[in-house]
Amino acid sequence: MTWIDAVIQGILLGGLYALFACGLSLMFGVMRIINLAHGDLALLATFMVLVISQHLGLSPFAALVIVLPGAAVVGYALQYAMFNPSLRGGELSPLLATFGLSVVIGNMLLEVFSPDTHSLSAGALTTASWHITSQISISALSAVIFGAAVLVLGGLQLLLSYTQLGRAMRATADDARTAELVGINAKRVYAIATAIALATAALAGTFFGMRSSFDPTLGPSQLIFAFEAVVIGGLGSLWGTLVGGILLGVAQTVGAQAFGAEWAIVSGNVLFLLVLAFRSQGIFAAREAHQ
Amino acid sequence: MSLLEVRDLEVRHGLLQAVRGVSFALEEGDTLALVGANGAGKSTLLRAIAGGHRPSRGQIVFGDRDIIRLPAYKRVALGMGLVPEGRHLFPSLTVEENLVVAERPGYWTLDGVLEAFPMLAPRRKSRAAVLSGGERQATAIGRALMTNPRLLLLDEVSLGLAPVAVEDLYRSLRTVIERGATVLLVEQDLGRAMALCQRVACMLEGRLVLEGHSGELTREQVTEAYFGLRRAGIEVGSREGSQ
Repeated sequence: MTWIDAVIQGILLGGLYALFACGLSLMFGVMRIINLAHGDLALLATFMVLVISQHLGLSPFAALVIVLPGAAVVGYALQYAMFNPSLRGGELSPLLATFGLSVVIGNMLLEVFSPDTHSLSAGALTTASWHITSQISISALSAVIFGAAVLVLGGLQLLLSYTQLGRAMRATADDARTAELVGINAKRVYAIATAIALATAALAGTFFGMRSSFDPTLGPSQLIFAFEAVVIGGLGSLWGTLVGGILLGVAQTVGAQAFGAEWAIVSGNVLFLLVLAFRSQGIFAAREAHQ
Repeated sequence: MSLLEVRDLEVRHGLLQAVRGVSFALEEGDTLALVGANGAGKSTLLRAIAGGHRPSRGQIVFGDRDIIRLPAYKRVALGMGLVPEGRHLFPSLTVEENLVVAERPGYWTLDGVLEAFPMLAPRRKSRAAVLSGGERQATAIGRALMTNPRLLLLDEVSLGLAPVAVEDLYRSLRTVIERGATVLLVEQDLGRAMALCQRVACMLEGRLVLEGHSGELTREQVTEAYFGLRRAGIEVGSREGSQ
């Protein structure tokens, strides 16, 4: 039973990883940018939710009403001000630009909030759970996070498949220069993709803050989990990202169950390395993102 | 007033000057075939007009507006539709999605394009990546039509296609022209180009060396200009000569 519980907890944890990863996957799928600042941007949003909650007395969920649109606006502006110019400089430039942004955000958060740990209260949701058996229980917060991940990824998939914006995103991902020749403003499409990516990162960061304590140094580790989920699922594939997140979560919880808690992260990393070694394109081919 | 007026246009590929002082004009409803040997500068000229290549000098006036600094997507909004050489479809999109992604309000709709290019109807749910050469070209032309252009720019539509596919495509293009399209066609197949378009212009080494009505020019005149054997009867080195 404890093994089943480990798998269930892993699946639920995978929802959070998938939520972290979907913005990374979207940006890579549309622009071929690996955003190294993704984890720090998510953490920045977490701190914004914290500040708004503390100063306005709102719940973190209510604070999201302000932070999610704010993150989208920041993403839109970042794309025009920073990522679009860096794209003109070749493949390495966006990588360096986002790395620089990551360092700046990380240090800024340290300067403003100090290395102290913080947490967001989800109210009654934090402690609520369903006991399936004496050994298996499902946390309400984890279930909400998993449900949100499925909704966000499913919503993004529907957007890409059935809307004119989604078709424009896929066309731009295929061939940005030709997209412009059929009337698509590729820079605007990129900016919208980054706006969506940052909004999902803000949502993931907020759930992360509700689930565990956080401090300004955790951005890079969240980036690594997101990156691992994306690579395991397949670069540029949204459903692959969900599966990748779930597999990573299960690997961590089952590894912890088998070898002890200190082996959780290592187990996830081992799965990541195995996928890289034997199926480097990930479990789902990138073309799924374009369906 | 002309729909398109190109004035003294020069385009460079690095050190190579691909287009040298080209001037010509197109009225609404005109069909002009631009012919010339490989490397004559035809495709570069077309891409420069569509916004895919920045000219180093000159003017491109579309309607009443100088569009030389406009990005390509804004030229599409003004009414320019390009069928690029090599088709450049979006491979992960289906035929229908390739068409719909370019859709702008106007005469041409998805149904209209599928009617004009009957070969596409049974393939509308197929990915562009799996199409035959003729189907790809038809999709590329259909995609440009879906932008409802005032001016349709066609680059080497018959290149690399089987004769049967070319025949089908040109039949559909005749339908498009009969519906009033203004067309600038780059084509290496002299016979087809002269049969389809009212006017023919020939480029040689980046320059426009001959222009006239298809019915008035002989095939020999165009061929000689094409290969640069002699500067043929109706020279068009200057803007005045092209109008």
